Amino acid sequence: MKYLDEYRNGEIAKRLAGEIARLSARIGDPPLNLMEVCGGHTHTIFKYGIEDLLPPNIQMIHGPGCPVCVIPLGRVDDALAIAKREGVIFTTFGDMMRVPGSKTSLLQAKAEGADVRMVYSPLDALKLAKGNPDRDVVFLALGFETTAPSTALTVMAAAKEEVDNFSVFCNHIMIVPALKALLDSPDLKLDGFVGPGHVSAVIGARVYEFASREYGKPLVVSGFEPLDVLQSVAMIMKQIVEGRAEVEIQYSRFVSRDGNANALAAICEIFEARDYFEWRGLGSIAHSGLKIKKAYGRFDAELRFAVPGLRIADPKACQCGEILKGVKKPWECKVFGTACTPETPIGSCMVSSEGACAAYYNFGRLSKIAERSAAAPAVG
Amino acid sequence: MELGKSPLFERVERARRRKPRVKDEFITLAHGSGGRAMHDLVEGLFLDYFRNPLLEALEDQAVFEIAGGARAPRIAFTTDSYVVTPLFFPGGDIGRLAVCGTVNDLAMSGARPLYLSAGFIIEEGFAVADLKRILQSMRDAAEEVGAQIVTGDTKVVQRGGADKLFINTSGVGLIEHDARISAANARPGDKIILSGAMGDHGTTILVARGDLDLETEIASDVAPLWPLVEAMLGATTEIHSLRDPTRGGVATALNEIAHNSNVCFQLDEECLPAREEVKGACEILGLDPLYMANEGKLIAIAPAESADLLVARMREHPSGREARIIGEARAEPPGIVVMNTSFGGTRIVDMLVGEQLPRIC
Repeated sequence: MKYLDEYRNGEIAKRLAGEIARLSARIGDPPLNLMEVCGGHTHTIFKYGIEDLLPPNIQMIHGPGCPVCVIPLGRVDDALAIAKREGVIFTTFGDMMRVPGSKTSLLQAKAEGADVRMVYSPLDALKLAKGNPDRDVVFLALGFETTAPSTALTVMAAAKEEVDNFSVFCNHIMIVPALKALLDSPDLKLDGFVGPGHVSAVIGARVYEFASREYGKPLVVSGFEPLDVLQSVAMIMKQIVEGRAEVEIQYSRFVSRDGNANALAAICEIFEARDYFEWRGLGSIAHSGLKIKKAYGRFDAELRFAVPGLRIADPKACQCGEILKGVKKPWECKVFGTACTPETPIGSCMVSSEGACAAYYNFGRLSKIAERSAAAPAVG
Repeated sequence: MELGKSPLFERVERARRRKPRVKDEFITLAHGSGGRAMHDLVEGLFLDYFRNPLLEALEDQAVFEIAGGARAPRIAFTTDSYVVTPLFFPGGDIGRLAVCGTVNDLAMSGARPLYLSAGFIIEEGFAVADLKRILQSMRDAAEEVGAQIVTGDTKVVQRGGADKLFINTSGVGLIEHDARISAANARPGDKIILSGAMGDHGTTILVARGDLDLETEIASDVAPLWPLVEAMLGATTEIHSLRDPTRGGVATALNEIAHNSNVCFQLDEECLPAREEVKGACEILGLDPLYMANEGKLIAIAPAESADLLVARMREHPSGREARIIGEARAEPPGIVVMNTSFGGTRIVDMLVGEQLPRIC
């Protein structure tokens, strides 16, 4: 595929890996812990086996940037309560369908008779609302500032066209408060960040400067192709070797210092920050969630339908929080791979293909295989 | 550290080997998607109730002998139902699919397809003109392999009782050679051969459903595979396993063979063929061609000595022009599929879990 294969070139990868190895030799022990914040990066790291190309003293910690993974049980239960109401067509993105609430998931609710449909865009949900004027069409919105603009534009379209049977169950979250909360967490041991890519296309890279200025951590905003991630790792290490802590942009083909003004304006028109929002595993984080402004309140599903709004504790056995903070590796969780599998997920890190646990389970990294295959003749 | 001794690996393998159980209270769409949930439903429920030695093999067809004696002819028998939406799609329709699917399940045991049954469940109000088109496709597909549709059944249900048209076909075929082809017969050292590009059918159907607003030139690969298998058997009967990677794609089919044969398959990503359009559509949707359905492709597992001959013979056949070796079988670690990525890393290619859902960001 043109414009993609260039970013997946194995030869360039080898050269970059060589550069990383040279830099890592200058760092030595103890190992560096680098966190990729975004679930998309986690997916890339596993899909292409990038950890096989990194020296042993570079460890990737898989961060909380998977919006499906951080949605708390209580919010899923609220979604289920709306979905099960008479006359409601409940729409959401595919990944969200299998996320377990305290009892069931949307996929199970669908099998039990709720009208739950997968959409690819909030505009599809709005189209459904226009086609079914006698039904209440609810869109479960989730994601960081990446997806918030499209939700905002959809609400603006619904207002303009006066589609009264459309509403949004808003679970949008913001990346900067989450990063701050992570950096403030006492048990965290991180040396640098592979910074989020798509989110930064909207909010810009300047907003991360607190991480380098106040916490002394280098952060490189990275693209999602495997060469992007490798190059970002090299850039972080170069900073560390040179004793710098700065915000740099590797993903310059999409990300600027200031972000996308139109997208930010759309977010500001429709949303405002919640006082608190609950994150799975990380707990309640101040000003980290978005809600629909009063002026557009008629499109807010939380106002339109009574939702239980309960705060439900994560299952005791589940250690999603430690995993999202990088304190524990997925396989150090007691239920990983036994009670908690992608078919029967207990924690949400196991649900989405971008979740750290599912990534380990599905793409599992077996370091020795690489050595064996290197020794074996090529096939084909 | 020995491969297979890593704590992660042991934990995942233990879970994978666990006896399948159906814990759900209701059937969800995941139970029909060809992945892990369906596997659990079949082994944890259907097999539990119907258990017998023929069914236990869990092949795509049952193979048995009617009369006794050392030279008794072996018969293959299979059935499949077709509920595809839309009924007509680029490259074929439900009728062609219904004949090819069953013919292919027979062919994967090395059987020549002989006789088919066809059952129709039709929703009230279905256009007869459409039915005629579908029947014509069925006749054409059966003629391509010299099989006959010899018995059938029709039911009409009230509007809403079925989605337009469902077809069930069963088939009987004759195995005319001594090769024991089975998903349990792959051996370490065997080569993995794929007959052509991955994901054409699955991608075509996804695009044809129209809710993605994508336009592509991809057509379904739906085709009867018996002529290709016949040509392969003409070259050598040294074939250990055959599978047509339908739902769940090449990844799921290889996992099933690796599991049943207790071998490890090692794939080379650079050798995996998929059309640019399929790769592009999958890229946009966050899907993987390895998991996309095929309806006219086969995977053959064969000893290294006969693999090159097989590939050469397959490439002479219209259904196997792009045949190639995509990897090989090893002894360790048994029951899993691993891939060397073209990027220089390694990853496990597991069975599909649930529906292949698009990622959101």
